[in-house]
Amino acid sequence: MTTATMAIRTRRRLRLGWALVFLSPWIFGFAVFTFGPMIASLVLSFTHYDMISSPEAAGLANYRELVQDPYVRKAIANTLFYTAFHVPLQIILALGLAALLRRLQKGARFFRTVIYLPAITPPVAMAAMFLLLLNGSHGAVNQALRGIGLPAPNWTTDPAWIKPGLILMGLWTVGTTAVLYLAALQDVPPEVYEAAQLDGAGAWSLFRHVTLPLISPTIYFTVIVNTIASLQYFTEAYTMFYSATSAASSDGDAALFYVIYLFRQAFTNLRMGYASALAWLLFLIIAIITFLQVRASKRLVHYEGEPR
Amino acid sequence: MTTVAPEAVETAVSDVKPRPAPSRSPRRGRLLAGAILIAVCVAFLYPFAWLLAASLKPAAEVFDNKLTPDTVVWGNYAEIWRIVPIGLWLFNSVTIAVVAAAAATLSSAFVAFGFAHYRFPGRDLLFGLVLASMMLPAAVTMVPVFMEWKYVGLATTQVPLWAGNLFGSAFYIFLLRQFFLGQPRDQYEAAALDGAGPLRQFWSFAIPAVKPGLILVFLLEFKASWTDLMRPLIYLRDAELFTMPRGLKTVLDRFGGGGDAHWELVMAASVLATVPMILLFFAAQKYFLDQPRR
Repeated sequence: MTTATMAIRTRRRLRLGWALVFLSPWIFGFAVFTFGPMIASLVLSFTHYDMISSPEAAGLANYRELVQDPYVRKAIANTLFYTAFHVPLQIILALGLAALLRRLQKGARFFRTVIYLPAITPPVAMAAMFLLLLNGSHGAVNQALRGIGLPAPNWTTDPAWIKPGLILMGLWTVGTTAVLYLAALQDVPPEVYEAAQLDGAGAWSLFRHVTLPLISPTIYFTVIVNTIASLQYFTEAYTMFYSATSAASSDGDAALFYVIYLFRQAFTNLRMGYASALAWLLFLIIAIITFLQVRASKRLVHYEGEPR
Repeated sequence: MTTVAPEAVETAVSDVKPRPAPSRSPRRGRLLAGAILIAVCVAFLYPFAWLLAASLKPAAEVFDNKLTPDTVVWGNYAEIWRIVPIGLWLFNSVTIAVVAAAAATLSSAFVAFGFAHYRFPGRDLLFGLVLASMMLPAAVTMVPVFMEWKYVGLATTQVPLWAGNLFGSAFYIFLLRQFFLGQPRDQYEAAALDGAGPLRQFWSFAIPAVKPGLILVFLLEFKASWTDLMRPLIYLRDAELFTMPRGLKTVLDRFGGGGDAHWELVMAASVLATVPMILLFFAAQKYFLDQPRR
């Protein structure tokens, strides 16, 4: 072996060593905070464990229980309901706002700031405030609705209106998605529109056949990310309708979202085994829905030949 | 390990570069757009104005929905300050958010540098694992991670709120790797020829070159930490250790609804939880809204 090849080998080994040094925090963190806990969670899901006495093997009992648990069914239904309205409404509103902002020559920066502000407001503060804004008899929202002759439901107490109220409140934080769409719209070269207009395309067909395909990768991204987040909806609903001391929520189960149920099983009822089984069911639901969205995207998302 | 809020994901990949709006849009259309936008602005800003006004009203007038209180009661703030240790909660929130954000930024940059500048077998597989770990719902690891902290005797301290950030966070690693890849390689090679070791290349050359990325990650994690409720609910028992959202939740449970409602106090506490984040946003607006092209 020549000295040259030996030198190259040593350097390679050295480089591999340094690569490992740089990656080591993540490898350690992944083992301790992600992979290890995943395995532990899977094992726990086959036990009964209250954090006081040691875990007892329970076989499939937790999974059998969750299939029959009416609250699980309720929580899944609530969560899917919220997601099915929250995600599309956010996206449509965000698209509309972004399209409007794009037309603006002056003040776009100001408007961008305004619609972004709610998104940095702590959800607990937002939820506390909206409990009052959405109040059935005195709330500002109903005052406005009555003002224009619309019905004024009891958003925070009527089980039929609690989720619509939460969906409405969720629209207040549309700013992050809107700012993202605005960026995507501004990336569309004006020549594309000019060409389409020369071909006589109207405003709608311009939007439908030019704008929408060109920004579809961004829409796709937000659909996936917003759906995953929405299926884990917790903070706002928990703040408004649950507390550690109350045995149940103040409204029946209309605001019983999946992660709220899971959280309460784990940290209020100390049923760690059952909570772990619930967590794996959630993972399964998220994986299936994401998979379906990814498959649908193959037909619906348009990618430009070259990333710019 | 912090789960990144989805809005953070969205913000981070957004970037806005000004381009003149198409001039062909007819004037009437633009006026209509302006009118709609003003209405939208009112809808977005009204809750803030309402909140501020409500926090300054006497209890009986909170629901009058006036944006200028008939009687201004600054005492609400003094009262909430007296009843609960809200100053301490703010202090806790600031320190935890700063430590969490600094830890996430530095550790993620360190790992991202490894992924961006070294080539080794299995690298892409490992990076795929980093990306895949973003999809895992926090609920799956929530219980065992709590058990780990309990095992080491830290389950009721503030440590679990930031210590996971010391090991890099998947989304930030992804983001900063993009920043590092955007840097020219020759400066590292020049530095290496000058005898700078990998650590010095990282610290003295790579880190300064990606400052906007570091600031962005710091801000996103600061916001994630500042607004988090679930982990403070899991870990913090002692009111002296509460963060602002955790404390605000107890204020709401105690003074909102129920028996003797004092919504004006809840609203004052909500203002105090919101203002620091808004100040930070205005100070760093360009990083939040105009992010560099990747």
